[in-house]
Amino acid sequence: MLSAILTMTILASLFGLLLGYAAVRFHIEGDPIADQIDQMLPQTQCGQCGHPGCRPYADAIARGEDEINKCAPGGHETIIALADLLGRDPIAMDEDIEIRPPSVAIIIEEDCIGCTLCIQACPVDAILGAAKQMHSVIESECTGCELCLPPCPVECIVMEPIEADIRSWSWPYPGDQPQLAQEETPVEAQA
Amino acid sequence: MSSQDDLDKLLTKLHNFHGGLHLPEHKQESLQHPIADAGLPQQLVIPLRQHIGRAAKATVKAGDKVLKGERIAEAEGAISAPVHAPTSGTVKAIEVHAIPHPAALPDTCIVIEPDGNDQWTEKPAAILDYLSASPDILLQRIHNSGIVGMGGAAFPSHAKLLYGLKRNLHTLIINGAECEPYITCDDILMQERADDIVTGIEIILHLLGLERCLIGIEDNKPDAIAAMQQAIKVTSLKRTRVIEIPTIYPSGGEKQLIQLMTGEEVPSDGLPADIGMVCHNVGTMAAVRDAVLDGRPLISRIVTISGEGISEPRNLHALIGTPISHLIQAAGGYTDKARQLVYGGPMMGISLPDDQVPLTKGGNCVLALSENEAPDPEKARACIRCGKCADVCPVKLLPQQLYWYSHAKDFDKVQDYNLFDCIECGCCTHVCPSNIQLVHYFRFAKTEIWKQEEEKRKADHARRRHEARTARLERIAAERKSRLRKKKEDLEQKKPAAGKADAGDPKKAAIEAAMKRVADKKKAAQEKQQ
Ligand code: SF4
Ligand code: SF4
Ligand code: SF4
Ligand code: SF4
Repeated sequence: MLSAILTMTILASLFGLLLGYAAVRFHIEGDPIADQIDQMLPQTQCGQCGHPGCRPYADAIARGEDEINKCAPGGHETIIALADLLGRDPIAMDEDIEIRPPSVAIIIEEDCIGCTLCIQACPVDAILGAAKQMHSVIESECTGCELCLPPCPVECIVMEPIEADIRSWSWPYPGDQPQLAQEETPVEAQA
Repeated sequence: MSSQDDLDKLLTKLHNFHGGLHLPEHKQESLQHPIADAGLPQQLVIPLRQHIGRAAKATVKAGDKVLKGERIAEAEGAISAPVHAPTSGTVKAIEVHAIPHPAALPDTCIVIEPDGNDQWTEKPAAILDYLSASPDILLQRIHNSGIVGMGGAAFPSHAKLLYGLKRNLHTLIINGAECEPYITCDDILMQERADDIVTGIEIILHLLGLERCLIGIEDNKPDAIAAMQQAIKVTSLKRTRVIEIPTIYPSGGEKQLIQLMTGEEVPSDGLPADIGMVCHNVGTMAAVRDAVLDGRPLISRIVTISGEGISEPRNLHALIGTPISHLIQAAGGYTDKARQLVYGGPMMGISLPDDQVPLTKGGNCVLALSENEAPDPEKARACIRCGKCADVCPVKLLPQQLYWYSHAKDFDKVQDYNLFDCIECGCCTHVCPSNIQLVHYFRFAKTEIWKQEEEKRKADHARRRHEARTARLERIAAERKSRLRKKKEDLEQKKPAAGKADAGDPKKAAIEAAMKRVADKKKAAQEKQQ
């Protein structure tokens, strides 16, 4: 009996030490919840959520200072993912948030005066160009955040919706199917 | 495992796979005539992506004259295949054109106007001594000939072989099951070109360093079985067997065929190579033979044209890129029953909005179905959990669960139920008494998951770029700040020194003067007292 208690005590303290050591040794900087939230945001960095980028919005959600329904580019899927992560109920998109189709910025090159203002605005360095030279957008890098539009003094940047081509195509949701009643559960869950 | 005895035992003992369906065959309709040539259409439209993997890159431009068999697009990356001119003529354009696609979306194609001469380019030399040729040379030839799996999936063959070479294989599986209703192109190919198929098998066995080969053919094709057996007899292939398998859909699924013939199961999420096997279609074997012995790239194929909507259902030998409308004319045109066009078989094919799309390398069948053959699906009702779908699923999945979670867009859960093992055979949809388009949900869920993965990849990329930019801006700001601080410090260091020089003196003088005055006063007072 005594030896059993002793063994358990020794084991317990050993594990305690081990865990303590691990906590110090493998300590991760930053806020893991905010990190996880940030992982789910689309990284468009558009600021439509009212924060200066996705990470600040993630921090705000993690601190409980903002709702989870403010990210327009993420759409409803992001709300569901965030609700899932935070163990909350999904809510509808905030009414003030306008959802735009996925687009990329195009600079009308004849009109560009090479002022570099758009380069300074772009959060992902998607615009190439030097002072007094024509600028252009690297399409594959552009997230469509529209942050380059307001600074342009000659309004030569336009947003082009991304065409659904054969590579981005996916099978549509079979819409004409009956809705499952709320109380129905999968077979397995019932069994 | 691979002794002579066990090979012959396989002939007597067949295995089973779970589920499956007995479907009306509709095979005889298109077997009434031998293979006929579809002839030269007015225009050939050749898609750059006819295979799984990356699209080929055009190497010709509008206006170029091309000869038959000339390469017109090269492979891009490891999983891709080049494309060749099916006949001689002029490249009219490289443009987007409707292709066989479930949503009828267009893709980039090379459009060729034939000159009618059908004049060959200089073909690569035949590799006559293929049984002593190095695997590399054979692989190279197969790659350069643009060969892809001809059973429908169109996976680049060289990539599959290359992967097989790296694995520990013991058996080559040849798929001649052709289990989908209506389709007979493999059947008729085996009947008419069994020797060529067997030569292709010899080449592939040599390439992979294998001896053991099992050819699976459904027992509803006695003529093909006889022809193949005869063809094997006259070769030196000692360990190749034709195995007559029961006619049950989908026996032609790679994993189902292997299970039927060997009793072995390919693991979930795995490939046949994981259990030492690799599977190729009979049509691919004939194409391999043509490439190696004739230097002929993959520029044509056999395609079944059938259904009640076709006047003379038959098999055609047609150039890749031939418009479907031309193929249908070559099969006598439409009957007035024609109602729905399908590219591929009735179970796994896709419906086409019209016949202005080209034949591709993977196109084994074109159907014009009547109302009777393809009735409008009835309105779906709620799932009654009868379990019929699970009974017929050849992969032993639980389609009703998959449906539940696909419907709810719960993509984590749906993957827990092995969504990606679903071969989209359509058995579950076929039996569902509630008319639920189950496969449609599974296709939706699969492509949606891929799309989300792509979005995630893009988001991670944008995050990295944004972080890099933020870090750079911070560094620049920090540098500017430290430069400013340094300037300020420099200034301050100068300031005190300058103060001593100009402002210090008068003050000091004043203080000194004051002190002197005080001292003088003290002195004067002392003198008074004395
Ligand atoms: S709204 Fe824009 S900035 Fe805010 S989280 Fe969404 S993508 Fe990021
Ligand atoms: S180019 Fe414009 S729209 Fe595109 S990411 Fe940069 S700032 Fe946003
Ligand atoms: S066959 Fe149809 S109704 Fe029956 S369990 Fe499956 S999905 Fe439900
Ligand atoms: S379509 Fe998929 S789930 Fe349905 S029976 Fe075939 S393999 Fe099973």
